[in-house]
Amino acid sequence: MSEGHDAGQTPQDHGHEHPKHELSHYAKRIYAIRDLLIEKGVITDKDIQCQIEYQEARSPANGANLVARAWVDPAFKARLIDDPKAACAEMGIDATSINEFVVLENTEKVRHMVVCTLCSCYPRPILGRPPDWYKSFNYRQRAVNDPRGVMREFGLVLPDDVEVRIHDSTADIRYLVLPLRPKGTED
Amino acid sequence: MNLRAGKYRAGDRVTVKLEDRPGHIRTPWYIRGKSGWIERVYGEFLNPESLAYGRDGLPRRTLYLVAFNQADIWGKSVGAKDKVLVDIYEHWLDPAA
Repeated sequence: MSEGHDAGQTPQDHGHEHPKHELSHYAKRIYAIRDLLIEKGVITDKDIQCQIEYQEARSPANGANLVARAWVDPAFKARLIDDPKAACAEMGIDATSINEFVVLENTEKVRHMVVCTLCSCYPRPILGRPPDWYKSFNYRQRAVNDPRGVMREFGLVLPDDVEVRIHDSTADIRYLVLPLRPKGTED
Repeated sequence: MNLRAGKYRAGDRVTVKLEDRPGHIRTPWYIRGKSGWIERVYGEFLNPESLAYGRDGLPRRTLYLVAFNQADIWGKSVGAKDKVLVDIYEHWLDPAA
């Protein structure tokens, strides 16, 4: 790693931009690893750029499209619940990187919420990169021990007789919560 | 998913092992030592405790969706019907006493 990766140095001359602000320990480490991998010919700048573009292309719009179609097309909804990866393929969404994909259907009596208390497991093919709040210690802790409080802060107050089911996504399963269609949105 | 994998079936009562050991453990602390029931059998998966160190993940481990009453976990006033559901590998489970 060259000295130039430290904060306050001038822009580098080896082909890519570096942030100008103070870097965290982890950021310094990841830039150092990147530079080494490039220097040793393991990967190229272009590989990294392609991967960034692939990651950025996956967005919550994919999940929104699945949900919206499930709301208006009962046959699709049945296929989505039965085989989510096949339903994604049908919609042109590449979900092949998910090991197992499970849909959790909300009802008037049951609501689901997903967290990964261990880290940041997230269904990236359908929602893109996890937002910072999802990865925060605060959400990861409170989603399991105060889920109704967290939901309230997101604007959802549920009656006591509704069952709240918190899924801690700790392994190879990725979850999509299929929300109820909002009232008043029928044709 | 191989739903006939593993030694537990949906509805079986289980207790999560109250163990600690170094390594890449996927069983959250708050659930260790707690009892719940098998909600769903997910089938066999490569063992992440092995994969994390560049090993082959074999033998595969059966993964379960295990449900717990929130009130049993936190011992405080929470929604009476509320549950927390955690994906847990078989080697972290014992039959509930």
